[in-house]
Amino acid sequence: MKSLLKSAPPSAIFGMLVLVIVAITGIFAPWIAPYGETRVVGDAYMPWSAEHPLGTDNLGRDMLSRMIFGARNTVGLALLTTAISFSVGATLGMLAALKGGWLDEVLSRLVDVLMAVPPLILALMLLAIVGPSIPNMVGVIAVIYVAPVYRLSRAAAMNVVGLDFVEAAKLRGERTPWLLRREILPNIWSTLIAEFGVRFCFVFLFIAALSFLGIGIQPPTADWGSMVKENATLISFGDITPLIPAAAIALLTVAINLIVDWMLHRASGLKS
Amino acid sequence: MSRLQKLVIGRVSLGILTLFVVSALMFVGIELLPGDLAQQILGQSATESTLAAFRAELGLDQPAHLRYFDWLGGVLRGDFGTSLASGREVSELLGPRLANTMFLAVYAAVIAAPLAVILGLLAALWRNTLFDRGVNLTALSAISMPEFFVGYVLILFLSIKAGVFPTLARIDSATGLWDALYRSFLPALTLILVVVAHMMRMTRAAIINVLASPYIEMARLKGVPRWRIILQHALPNALAPIVNVVALNLAYLVVGVVVVEVVFSYPGLGQLLVDAVSSRDFPVVQAVGLFFAAVYITLNVLADIISIMSNPRLRHGR
Amino acid sequence: MGNLLNIRGLRLEAGSRARPNVIIKGLDLELDRGEVLGLVGESGAGKSSAGLAAMGYVRDGVRFAGGSVEFDGTELIGMGRGQLRRLHGKRIAYVAQSAAASFNPAKTLIDQYTEAPRLHGVSGRAAAEQDAVALYRQMQLPNPEEIGFRYPHQVSGGQLQRAMTAMAMACRPDLIIFDEPTTALDVTTQIEVLGAIRDIVEQYDTAAIYITHDLAVVSQMADRICVMKDGAAVETAPTKTMLDAPQEDYTRSLWAVRSFRRPDAEAGEAPALIRCEGVSAAYGPMTVLDNLNFTFPRGQTTAVVGESGSGKSTLARVIAGLLPPVAGQFFWNDAPLEPQLAKRGAETLRNIQMIYQSADTSLNPRHSIREILARPVRKFTGRRGQELQARVAELMDLVDLDRAFLDRKPSELSGGQKQRVGIARALAAEPEFIICDEVTSALDQLVAEGILRLLVRLQTELDLTFMFITHDLATVEAIAHKVIVLKNGQIVEQGGRDEIFGDPKQAYTKRLLTSVPQMDPEWLTEARARERSLREAQ
Repeated sequence: MKSLLKSAPPSAIFGMLVLVIVAITGIFAPWIAPYGETRVVGDAYMPWSAEHPLGTDNLGRDMLSRMIFGARNTVGLALLTTAISFSVGATLGMLAALKGGWLDEVLSRLVDVLMAVPPLILALMLLAIVGPSIPNMVGVIAVIYVAPVYRLSRAAAMNVVGLDFVEAAKLRGERTPWLLRREILPNIWSTLIAEFGVRFCFVFLFIAALSFLGIGIQPPTADWGSMVKENATLISFGDITPLIPAAAIALLTVAINLIVDWMLHRASGLKS
Repeated sequence: MSRLQKLVIGRVSLGILTLFVVSALMFVGIELLPGDLAQQILGQSATESTLAAFRAELGLDQPAHLRYFDWLGGVLRGDFGTSLASGREVSELLGPRLANTMFLAVYAAVIAAPLAVILGLLAALWRNTLFDRGVNLTALSAISMPEFFVGYVLILFLSIKAGVFPTLARIDSATGLWDALYRSFLPALTLILVVVAHMMRMTRAAIINVLASPYIEMARLKGVPRWRIILQHALPNALAPIVNVVALNLAYLVVGVVVVEVVFSYPGLGQLLVDAVSSRDFPVVQAVGLFFAAVYITLNVLADIISIMSNPRLRHGR
Repeated sequence: MGNLLNIRGLRLEAGSRARPNVIIKGLDLELDRGEVLGLVGESGAGKSSAGLAAMGYVRDGVRFAGGSVEFDGTELIGMGRGQLRRLHGKRIAYVAQSAAASFNPAKTLIDQYTEAPRLHGVSGRAAAEQDAVALYRQMQLPNPEEIGFRYPHQVSGGQLQRAMTAMAMACRPDLIIFDEPTTALDVTTQIEVLGAIRDIVEQYDTAAIYITHDLAVVSQMADRICVMKDGAAVETAPTKTMLDAPQEDYTRSLWAVRSFRRPDAEAGEAPALIRCEGVSAAYGPMTVLDNLNFTFPRGQTTAVVGESGSGKSTLARVIAGLLPPVAGQFFWNDAPLEPQLAKRGAETLRNIQMIYQSADTSLNPRHSIREILARPVRKFTGRRGQELQARVAELMDLVDLDRAFLDRKPSELSGGQKQRVGIARALAAEPEFIICDEVTSALDQLVAEGILRLLVRLQTELDLTFMFITHDLATVEAIAHKVIVLKNGQIVEQGGRDEIFGDPKQAYTKRLLTSVPQMDPEWLTEARARERSLREAQ
């Protein structure tokens, strides 16, 4: 582990730092935030001060506290959604690669159709039907992102499934769960982890965009995306406060991309 | 029928099938929804007659497949139904907004595509130099930023602080071309920044991939000068992946328009769609959603077909 | 001596400058005009890098770190890019290992042929095209007038290789570097290509460096041979001298490989362990095996020989239960053998084991050697705990591997060591029958010999029956009791080893036997004469 950290370029170190800070903020939010998530503490749009380092928002709630809770909500939900789509997508992908035949055909066709539709449009249409709420949003996004994860894990698993040691295991009489868990998965692990990072960024940006459009996380829940929309009028006064949650989104995404880039660089380097 | 033709037809068929699936989506979705749709939308306080009128309006008393075919027939005649929110004909609403959105998309695309390909090409040729690393880092950051962040930053600096461009893009059918270009500059710029980043990275990767091929090394060993290798050996083989990249990103651009329109209050289809989703105005959501999906799918199919057709193995059969 | 190419103390490095990876450490080489030098060595010896360096070229990440490369009196290292470019293709040409990858898929063959002459001002397009046709004819390519106008994917592998050689001759260079040009080709195609190359080099008095790991091939092509090991030259001598009286121990060991032959190969009348009656197999509509009838005698090695596409690997899969036959049946000790893997009992699964060609893909890179061996022992013999570990250690001893390797991963072992693990894994089940699918084909000759010796010893000690699949007749001669020759899914001939090698009955068998390059410089000439007469007779 130590040698791993030593060999990391400054960009990756920066990325990991940001990630750790956001993680701690999110996990310990109720203890770190000076005020409650939805408590009105003063007038609307108060300027930055000692009591309210980032001022107040359009309803008079403390911006800083909302930012801290936003970390927990937005990032937490993105994590949950990615985890769901990942477990389902990766399992199906590996299964399709291993079993082949009609299972592979049917699943791949379904995924092809799913991926042929622009994700944002699909999400908007589905949310129009089921109504915007947090469980609905998580469900819709998870389903949409099962498709690219399926494709990637299937492709990665295909490379492994054709190798002789898998055939050797089959000849031993090993059953499907063993083959998936012990022969295939260990060999595509690093690809999946890198993809998890990338996918998380997509999901995270997606949730932020939906919330910004008012169709994702609903008020009064604090969320970085909707916070930008709520306070947008401040921009016309030259105030950068609404840009803070947006910048936070950008920062976290850049951080994760830097880490993933470094991991991919290592993986390809090790191969040669 | 040659292999080439089979592949192309297969791809087009898949695209058409997907379009049908998307069009049927809303109907299937509504059908599968638990509980009473009218109640959910109109709320607890709605009267029985309002609920009944709502159901009649949407034709909920009819079975799903009949409603679907009714709607489909209407679409072929250009009739997309009536908006629940405003009561106007959907096709009326679509018209001017469609023009605006296409204007913005084309505006961005025409600038973004050549810029991205040239940057990608240069970065690939001068790979691992300072130029390449700088371009890569900038692109990575641009991709990581949500469109609304980029949009508001541009508004803040170019509109509010510098006062050069207008904050909200107010254009309508009466606006002249230069005026429209001026007023839509910021939203177009936002789109351009995000799309160029994606396109440039993918172009660079495609070209590096081609440059690593053994036949490029062979050409070098025959004494072919560098510029000639790039022009005559690399480019013909990189053309297909690059066109593919451009088509894919244009598809992405068409969808990115939605968020950008909301940021700048630009009167386009994206803005319309978001409003319709918020008010659960199904006929509008259906029509606009279908339109966006159709453009996206068409561009993707085009990209695939170009890839297929530029494969020499398929063009000159065995 | 050395009046065309003179390499002195060449040193090539890669990686960091502080702790570099030395690819070539002090190589001396000389080449006269019109002379052919064979550059031989096992993989990793640095032959390819040396060949490219002779042109003054290094791949990305590699650099010249010392010494000199003099071509016709001019120093190539440090030469300006423009100057070097003018030499490349015009006075020094290169023929790559894989013609399929080295031709631009988007341009016709003749377009790529005429590129160099037009570029270097040697001739105009029309003249170059005519020249191309003439050379294609000399290379004995079919339809020389129109083959040039095809795209690379429309032409077969052997033809592409000859087209690439023709392309190298386009400017009539002083020196051509051939980098393993026939390695990927079938034995019978190889003869044509080798012959074509030798002809053309003689006719135009071109000097050549011929790189290969195949000792028999190099003895056909080269006037002098240079043996390389670990980035340096071990011995250099004229071909005949080197074949008759090699000086260095390493050279002698390379030459000696082909002399291993199992002592006790009487194909006696041992009872059949596996009997095959009328078996046919197919992939969909395509028949791959057609009405096969044979037996595998107990305790003996039966070699199944054939070129690529003959169906030998398919046969293995059918026996293993991965592909049920569409007709016929197998018998195990006179009892019918269940055709489908999923329906086989534990005893059957245990008794039939397989060893694969490439150890890189046959061992799970994420498992330690201990895990790889423990699993089958556990599954097939039910041992646990202490007993299990003891048995695993025993298996390592059986295949002559140090027990310390048990806790390592496959990537830390060499090719030969990994193959021994593959053998140990097969033995873990305590089987009666083992299918060896090209198990030595991917190994260097010295290492391969070790494996063959091990297999022969194990067969005697454990009374194993082997099905040995290979395309290499020299290996067959070394270890088989019985030989089955396959072509296009049918048995051409079968019989005892001495019978088949001494007195082959079928024409195809004869052709196959005589297509194997021997270490006799006259072999190629005779082989081509034979091929020609066979072709004319058809």
